[in-house]
Amino acid sequence: MKNNKLKGLRIHIMQHAEVKDMGIAERVKKILNLVLGNKIVFFHGRLRAEEEARLIEDTMAMVDHIRDFKGIELAVIEPDIKGESIFVKLKQGLAKRLVGDNNALTVIGPASIIKEIKRDPKKIELFFN
Amino acid sequence: MIKILKNFSRRILASIFKRREDINIGFYGPPNSGKTTLANIICKDWTGEELGIASKVPHETRNVQFKEKVEIQYKGKKLTFKMIDTPGIATKIDYEDFLQYGLRKNDAKKRAKEATQGIIDSIKWLDDMDAVIVVLDSSENPYSQVNITIIGNLVARKVPVLIVGNKIDLKKSSIKRLEAAFPEYEIVGISARDRTNMDDFYESLFRLAKKV
Repeated sequence: MKNNKLKGLRIHIMQHAEVKDMGIAERVKKILNLVLGNKIVFFHGRLRAEEEARLIEDTMAMVDHIRDFKGIELAVIEPDIKGESIFVKLKQGLAKRLVGDNNALTVIGPASIIKEIKRDPKKIELFFN
Repeated sequence: MIKILKNFSRRILASIFKRREDINIGFYGPPNSGKTTLANIICKDWTGEELGIASKVPHETRNVQFKEKVEIQYKGKKLTFKMIDTPGIATKIDYEDFLQYGLRKNDAKKRAKEATQGIIDSIKWLDDMDAVIVVLDSSENPYSQVNITIIGNLVARKVPVLIVGNKIDLKKSSIKRLEAAFPEYEIVGISARDRTNMDDFYESLFRLAKKV
């Protein structure tokens, strides 16, 4: 029978404040350094769209240059405010502009450890290799 | 942020000085969603030539491919554009995944190397798009971060988006699930393989071009 026991897991919790003053390149580099150290990063907040794109670009450049690095798995969980009132939406939008998207949680991990992240509006499931 | 502002001002200037036939329409999406199959149908129908090779092996398209001046005449309307088919965007590439499709180890490694560069090129090309057709496999879970990242980047660049839910011929296909995931966008369900619903697609394409 195949042994499906997970032997260990290294998790890094990253607060938004830890990276809020960093530029795109620096922020992405910090995340990728942690991922290359085989850590799963739980980032309190979410990256901006252009940062996510930069993260994918830099990941691909690393896949090309670092032996055995296959890439990353990435997912963002955000509260669903679609059905909320205009007031709640405005409050969320204002908070996002002032202090960043602190209501979101971003999970980033090495593809060699996380096989797949399945996501739907209500749940997130991590499958390990 | 500077990049986005630069792109925005470029688009404003382009909209003033550009001729309508100079618009760039890109095909984006994850690997194997049917971007090249759809691009080939349009190219074959309106220029007589195909654009690229489509296959079941992921990352078949590893270079950005173009077709200049594709002219569509449909129900009395005319649209001329440059068609840009891009490699599928992914967050991971493992050469071993290609072995199951019968590729030799060296070929699989070469394909993986080319695929990583293709993804980088796809992302770089986002800045040059005037409108984008995001092709998604409607039988897959739409909530993948790659889909969200692609669409998020287009929104940030103020590029008009049309979402195509491809593979509606598959049992697991669900356009409703796509609509629930991306309620702010126009979504058209097609089967590029069977050429189903292409009329609706062309109607949506003209609406997309109007937004440029």
